[in-house]
Amino acid sequence: MKVRIDPEICQGQGRCFSIAPQIFDFDELGNGVVLGDGLLTSETIELARLAQANCPEHAVFIEDSP
Amino acid sequence: MSDVVDESVAHKTPVQDFAADWDHTDPQWVNDPYPIWDDLRERCPVAHTERYGGGWFPTTHEMVTSIANDTEHFTSRMVVVTHNKFPPNFIPAPVGGAPPITSDPPFHSIARRVILPAFAPGPVNALEPQIRALCNKHLDEMVGREFVDGGTDYAQFIPPGVIATMLGFPSEDEEIFRDIVHLVLDLIDLPTEVRGPLFEPMGEYFAKQIDDHIEYPRDDLTSYLLNVEVGGNKLERQHVAGTMVLILVAGIDTTWSAIGSAIWHLAQHPDDLARLVNEPELMPVAVEEFLRFYAPVTMARLVAEDHEFFGSPMKKDDWVLLGFPAANRDPKVFADADKFIIDRAANRHAAFGLGIHRCVGSNLARLELRVAIEEFIKRFPRFELADRDAVTWAPGQVRGPRHLPLRILP
Repeated sequence: MKVRIDPEICQGQGRCFSIAPQIFDFDELGNGVVLGDGLLTSETIELARLAQANCPEHAVFIEDSP
Repeated sequence: MSDVVDESVAHKTPVQDFAADWDHTDPQWVNDPYPIWDDLRERCPVAHTERYGGGWFPTTHEMVTSIANDTEHFTSRMVVVTHNKFPPNFIPAPVGGAPPITSDPPFHSIARRVILPAFAPGPVNALEPQIRALCNKHLDEMVGREFVDGGTDYAQFIPPGVIATMLGFPSEDEEIFRDIVHLVLDLIDLPTEVRGPLFEPMGEYFAKQIDDHIEYPRDDLTSYLLNVEVGGNKLERQHVAGTMVLILVAGIDTTWSAIGSAIWHLAQHPDDLARLVNEPELMPVAVEEFLRFYAPVTMARLVAEDHEFFGSPMKKDDWVLLGFPAANRDPKVFADADKFIIDRAANRHAAFGLGIHRCVGSNLARLELRVAIEEFIKRFPRFELADRDAVTWAPGQVRGPRHLPLRILP
């Protein structure tokens, strides 16, 4: 599984990188960005789902990785 | 000033039916708006009023989201409901009087980009030690007393101190800041001819600060705004002044209200208070629930063009009260929406708004709220309301306790 943030939808609410700093970071404007390749492990998948469930803009997507 | 407003409120007709005649300064709404919103959401759900020149109040999360994301049908030119949609010298869309909160696309993103870096997590998190010290300075003055006021002894001091430092305004001017906030956000029901002239001293104050920063530039937000270049040009002085008003007003009353509401809650829920004292790691999650349940800020829009919205015939220049706090209580989106759940795991609340106008200061507000509560309960692990009836609430679009008498328990 892979996580991504849609930069068109993200408004910098700041929930993802507060909840899961292992997975997300912020850019100079305070918008969320995914660290590295966004591939999730069995240890990080639940945390990514929690971040997704807290994004008010619905900008976090978790998808099957190819 | 307070005499003027008291008189104005006293002459108002009390609201009988909020569905057809809402008024967010009506005492019933000011004291406890949640039952009103729940009722409207179920039976209305877009309330209407002829007051303030006419306007609407949608109450569901779906509607609030839809308006926040529709900058074509709803303009941000005015974001505070008053009796005057066209004040003298008003600056038309897409700029508005206090960019970027009053701006529409495409100008909005230009004005917003200018200030976003200053409020990104990096620079904001660096303020934590200073905020903690400010909290403790005021807590030191409260120690040893059985009765304190969580509002006037504590919450009201935290955001002005932080914002004054950021803008580079004299910290001894705090009282002036609170007067400005009171004028912009509380005295909204005054007749235009009374309210208008009250803005003159505020304009003069900002002009003085700008002049001082032009003469003596320093490392603060005001000097930054005066010198930053967009497309090779500096910002117009009017733009700088408008953004300063925004940062000052939006940075003070809002967080002050959020801190006060959190203390108000803890004073009445010893179980939640004990959990926070014993499990400090719970604080970030609790902060989000404080923000959902007691979201202080309701925004406003003007209808940009005639259209039908969820069956309501909205006309150009009608007000729309954009109730993020009401959206946060929508049971369709939040399980047990009317219950405060201190460790609520999934919490997509809209306390900082939704869409392109997401509160620029949200990182700062969260930090101030968390630190202010952490320090307060560290100092006072047990307290209760001293006099429930003596608690007063700010009227209008920013809700929070102003007087909050507490008894500190041993």
